[in-house]
Amino acid sequence: MDPLMPPPIRRISLGSEPTVAPAREIPQTNGNVATAIATRATRPPAVNVRERMQIESVWLAYGENWVVRDVSLPVRQGEVLALIGASGSGKTTLLRSLNRLTEITDGAARAGRITLDGGDIHGVEVNDLRRRVSMVFQQPNPFPMSIYDNVAYSLAEQRPERGKRRRRRSAALSAAVEDALRRAGLWEEVSDDLDRSALRLSGGQQQRLCIARALAANPEVLLLDEPCSALDPISTATIEELIVGLRESVAVVIVTHNLQQAFRVADHVAFMHLGELIEYGASEQVFDHPREQRTKDYISGAFG
Amino acid sequence: MAGVAISPPRPSAVVAPPRERISSWPAADRAFYALCWVSGIGLCLIALWIVVFMLVKGISFLKPSLLWTSPNAGSIHQTQNGGFLDPIEGTFLVTAIGTLIAAPLGVGVATWLTEYARPSWFARIVDSAIEMLAGVPSIVLALFGLLIFSQGFLGFLSQGAASGSLGQSFVAAGVVMALIALPLVVASTREGLTQLPPRMREASFALGKTKATTSRYVLLPAIKPSIAGGIVLGMGRIIGDTAIVTILLGGAAQLTEPVGHTPVLGLLRGTGSTLTSYVYYNSPAGEGNAHEKAYAAAFVLLIMVLGLNALVTRLTAGNDGEGRRRRLVRIPYFSKRG
Repeated sequence: MDPLMPPPIRRISLGSEPTVAPAREIPQTNGNVATAIATRATRPPAVNVRERMQIESVWLAYGENWVVRDVSLPVRQGEVLALIGASGSGKTTLLRSLNRLTEITDGAARAGRITLDGGDIHGVEVNDLRRRVSMVFQQPNPFPMSIYDNVAYSLAEQRPERGKRRRRRSAALSAAVEDALRRAGLWEEVSDDLDRSALRLSGGQQQRLCIARALAANPEVLLLDEPCSALDPISTATIEELIVGLRESVAVVIVTHNLQQAFRVADHVAFMHLGELIEYGASEQVFDHPREQRTKDYISGAFG
Repeated sequence: MAGVAISPPRPSAVVAPPRERISSWPAADRAFYALCWVSGIGLCLIALWIVVFMLVKGISFLKPSLLWTSPNAGSIHQTQNGGFLDPIEGTFLVTAIGTLIAAPLGVGVATWLTEYARPSWFARIVDSAIEMLAGVPSIVLALFGLLIFSQGFLGFLSQGAASGSLGQSFVAAGVVMALIALPLVVASTREGLTQLPPRMREASFALGKTKATTSRYVLLPAIKPSIAGGIVLGMGRIIGDTAIVTILLGGAAQLTEPVGHTPVLGLLRGTGSTLTSYVYYNSPAGEGNAHEKAYAAAFVLLIMVLGLNALVTRLTAGNDGEGRRRRLVRIPYFSKRG
């Protein structure tokens, strides 16, 4: 047992490392970890699981370097899939390839097949695909417009319905905006003034607005690229709760550096290292009984 | 002490850390520092001198009636009577035409250059073309414009060309004026677009929006101040240009009133002058021999340009999206403590 191991990791690896003395841990345990354990304990088991996307031996490259090597994974609705791994392990690239966002980078190449509901994603018109597989980024990135317009922009296929003037807004549009904000758990906080600039919201609220925006298009898959890394613990807890609640209506894939977070929200975990998929399995299995030595090393903090 | 509320000391009662003394600097640094001050003050003095000089000259010669009487059309000499209503109208007309052409074109070019720019060899050509346009003296553009608009197939745009003489008209002058305003609009729009964070585009693409939708509904609205600033700078350039007016507008004292045409169309096809050409003709170097009117007109021109400059400052510094006014100049070291 390495005494230099950071406290959160120690907590997670408790199951597989019974040698850790609980007494030593108490002063190091912060409120966040306590919340995490509570969330984990009360999280209902995944229901209504069905497969939405299939990643089949996918290779991805930027320029001449393969960033993702021969990865195969299922993405299922009704559960949360977490991609974990050190920086440079290719998890964000893999995530971005799911809605072909890698294509906006010059020199990106791909081999293998990714399917959405059985059809190759390259057979779907790209903007159509991105509405069906939508994405939330690491940094909250609301557009510099009102909260209402942020959501309304994403509701329309291309040209947004103009919502600048209150009286010109149609009831249907307003209902759709409200629905998206409710699903993202933001409605109660912003309903009094939807015309406020989205940039005036707090970081956590901005990120939930981005989730609302992503949900407004009614996607089948929601991709989250380290959605909480710029947020404080309270906002993080709110968003994690939200993610767990969302998995019934959309398939959720989350990339995270925070192992605790993966443990808290994910039903399945995929561990990647240097572009390769090392281990994929149920969250409890990967964290408590990793099959691979490299997985074990990573989750116990030996590298990364 | 328990129970006694501790109030923080008044800021003025706190002893501030000693400021760095300039006398402790090396001589070269002090000399450079002095040079900075001298140049700053010198520039201010020159600007002040110009404004005060024009103010005194202008106000002493400016009679309100000058603003709403037409110039003397019969003779080139403006000494007897007449004001400069027509040049003021001409300035507005040329600026309006030039801006209406340059603004949409400039924003379009800048958007294409920053957001699309494919194929890249063509983007490079467009880029150089804009740079070239920015560098060409306006008199060269004016000469080129005169050649083009004197051609038969463009003759319908100017009265003169229709009857066999030169292609001078407000349309011709306005179009060439648009060329000198265009690089400014393109530059400031590009500047605005390139300074937007890439994640703003990414966010929009990830929602399934095309580049066109993203530019039109997210990017361009976000840089409205930059675009407006570029347009106003372009307007200032148009208002101040003399060469194009002299060559392409004819410099006629009065707007020509053609007969047998619809009024607006006739005006656009006709010739005239602007404040700049009016000042030139009436200045001691010109032929109008009405110096005091030149000073009065120059004063009006100066006020217009200063007004536009103030507008640029307001538009570009206006709002940083957080509701606070951004300060134009920030001098952290020598500004007040705190």
